[in-house]
Amino acid sequence: MSDILFSIDGKEVKATQGMTVLEAAHKAGISIPTLCYHEKLEPFGGCRLCIVEVESRGSTRLVVSCVYPAEKNIVVRTRSEKVDRIRKMILELLMAHAPDAFDLQDLAKEYGADRNRFEKEPSFCIHCGLCVRYCNEIKKKNAIGFVDRGIRKEISFVPEIASKECWGCKECFPLCPTEALQAAYVLVEALAAFPSPSLKPASGE
Amino acid sequence: MARINSPAELEALRKDILSKRDPNKPCITLCSGSACNASGSREVAAKLEEEISQQGLSNDVDVRKTGCHGFCERGPIIVIRPEEICYFQIKPEDVPEIVSQTIKEKKVIDRLLYTDPNTKEKIIHESEIPFYKNQGRIVFGSNVSVDPKSIEDYLAIGGYSALAKALSQMNPDQVLQEVKKANLRGRGGGGFPAGSKWEGTRNAPGDIKYVIVNADEGDPGAYMDRSLLEGNPHAVLEGLTIGAFAVGAHEGYIYVRQEYPLAVENVNIAIKTAEELGLLGKNILGSGFDFVVKVHRGAGAFVCGESTALMTALEGRAGEPRPKYIRSNVVGLWGRPSVLNNVETWANVPLIINKGADWFTQLGTDSSKGTKIFSLVGKITNTGLVEVPMGTPLKDIIFDIGGGIPGGKKFKAVQTGGPSGGCIPEHLLDLPVGFDELTKAGSMMGSGGMIVMDEDTCMVDVARYFLEFLTDESCGKCVPCREGMRQMLKILTRMTKGKGKEGDIELLEELAETAQEAALCALGKSSPNPFLSTLKYFRQEYEAHVKEKRCPALSCKELIAFYIDPEKCQACTSCARKCPSDAIVGGKNLIHLVDQEKCTKCGTCFEVCPPRFRAVKKISGEPVPPRIPEEARTIVREGKQK
Repeated sequence: MSDILFSIDGKEVKATQGMTVLEAAHKAGISIPTLCYHEKLEPFGGCRLCIVEVESRGSTRLVVSCVYPAEKNIVVRTRSEKVDRIRKMILELLMAHAPDAFDLQDLAKEYGADRNRFEKEPSFCIHCGLCVRYCNEIKKKNAIGFVDRGIRKEISFVPEIASKECWGCKECFPLCPTEALQAAYVLVEALAAFPSPSLKPASGE
Repeated sequence: MARINSPAELEALRKDILSKRDPNKPCITLCSGSACNASGSREVAAKLEEEISQQGLSNDVDVRKTGCHGFCERGPIIVIRPEEICYFQIKPEDVPEIVSQTIKEKKVIDRLLYTDPNTKEKIIHESEIPFYKNQGRIVFGSNVSVDPKSIEDYLAIGGYSALAKALSQMNPDQVLQEVKKANLRGRGGGGFPAGSKWEGTRNAPGDIKYVIVNADEGDPGAYMDRSLLEGNPHAVLEGLTIGAFAVGAHEGYIYVRQEYPLAVENVNIAIKTAEELGLLGKNILGSGFDFVVKVHRGAGAFVCGESTALMTALEGRAGEPRPKYIRSNVVGLWGRPSVLNNVETWANVPLIINKGADWFTQLGTDSSKGTKIFSLVGKITNTGLVEVPMGTPLKDIIFDIGGGIPGGKKFKAVQTGGPSGGCIPEHLLDLPVGFDELTKAGSMMGSGGMIVMDEDTCMVDVARYFLEFLTDESCGKCVPCREGMRQMLKILTRMTKGKGKEGDIELLEELAETAQEAALCALGKSSPNPFLSTLKYFRQEYEAHVKEKRCPALSCKELIAFYIDPEKCQACTSCARKCPSDAIVGGKNLIHLVDQEKCTKCGTCFEVCPPRFRAVKKISGEPVPPRIPEEARTIVREGKQK
């Protein structure tokens, strides 16, 4: 199948059929910030930080590059006043939860985001879903999932599965863009009331 | 009934049903939709049956329990045919008189008739009542003629003739072209042309395709889809089957809310009876076309009304929208091309096939054809469901059909389009209702919610209310919606509490832009609408809340105070007796005072102060006048002095 040619920030890039704009950018060495993207996982489109401007057939619109398919002759701009403004706001919103996360701090510097713009509600989790999706898609264990919805949404381990699977794996910990300890903490909390036979014998009841 | 194998057999069955029905035999039609059931329709039905048999009329009168008639404010409703005598707010104790007087003696019972609030005239016939007279009920009108549990009733009014026509006289492409030509736009929210959507599915590669009914109606105060599905489920099924034929689908789904038990019950009965007659299933009407329908009950998530979230939920996963840039009519349910339209859209299809696109396009505006059902609620005299031709001015709906604002209050705004719609102010009341017209005014058609607000409504609080609803219903997947709304709600809440800060309005605008531009799904993108439309038309109310800590509508509790005008108080003690928190300092012949520390701002004193005194005042943005000295409180009454 022939390559798809288009431009990102004035640079000609090549993509193959089915590739997203983000993948094509990465291949060409162009950086677009992401928080919920992982090359091994299905695109999630949750953090919206990889938003870019796409000009196609005369009209310009904002799309998220981790999902938007590469198309012939489109013109992609990874930075613009509007893109930067939206990224800044997204970072400020997330820093209300994870003000000390290194990834967020680096990005905040780049986009001039004020970590104190919104009242702090530290929970560390920014709901990127990397741990949840990695466990589901790669490990196929579903030991961790999202519970509830909207602003009450949280990650939570399933003690029955986690007690068997997690201690030997922990591959999700380093994926966390805010604080690996958060995943560990939630895991420990989940298992506290559910002693694993592999750790210590269950109390005889 | 035996299975029907051809359009000719369908017509024969219809003739047979009609031949057994005497149009002159009295028929008592009782509204038995969810709203009327809640106001006692079931008890009335039981009493009707009992009374008819007691008075020996079992063979002389029919009783038909129908779906919603629309005039829910006045339910339960009885219409007696063929005279079309209409009685409202029927209680079981009215039934013996109805049977003995109206059915036996053909006498009209005055007290049960509708009284025109303006002329005080009693109106006998349904079609002469302003609420009905000013509507154009092409879709919803059939509700009053059918018992939703009876397929015979639907056949008697010409049901399934459109399906027979499509299957025997048209090919799928002709059906598709007719719907395209009718410019039927989706009645569920976006107003996307149904014909184009169908065409995309029809042309998409793949042998397996689906058609889906979106009956996940979740807007607060909206119930048109429920009433259609409850009241006339066969019309929806017929439309769905025609759509399936047009796009080449053999399987359909009805995604209906669990909270709509009567709709679930009635649509399941309808599917079963249609299957028995061969109007669903294998080889429908001998055409060789197969189509089955399954009912899926949703678990009550507003976001599942969004097309991709609905499909994800149908697949058995958490109902969250998909981040795809490929339309679901090409890659939809289980990755197959899927047409999703809402209940009302499907119910329009048989009409278009039967009467033709040319007939359909006579109704409406340039870009919005046909009619639209609205659920008219809020501060409105005639709460209910109304169906009007597209292009009807808002003020006709609110004043001619809706009867205006109760209690002599002034109209302030009408909120259309559901929670993510917008508020339209008084100076735009001439606006004709249509998809593009409403969008241009900063609101939207949505699924047809219409909430009327009077002068006592605070627009900042309205925005806060809808944002609260949307925050609660956000799936939480993307940051601009989940986190953006969390902050917007916080800011709006503090504004209504008098804690708004300089720059709050601008911050809200910035958050609104982020959601509009960057949210994942249509729900997220439209979530700032309640704020943006109220800001557009009522900016001064926002400024008053932030800068002056004043609520111009005198509605936000933390920004208002009640106080008694010492010049006007006559010490009648009404307020002191009714105050639930002992906040009135009263006493015989003493000017009453409000203890601001104890006052909970419930407004009881304001309501009970006799209109001839009007001594209780509601104030905002100004300090409460100081308490008058104790010695000045005694009222000296003229004529009683010695």
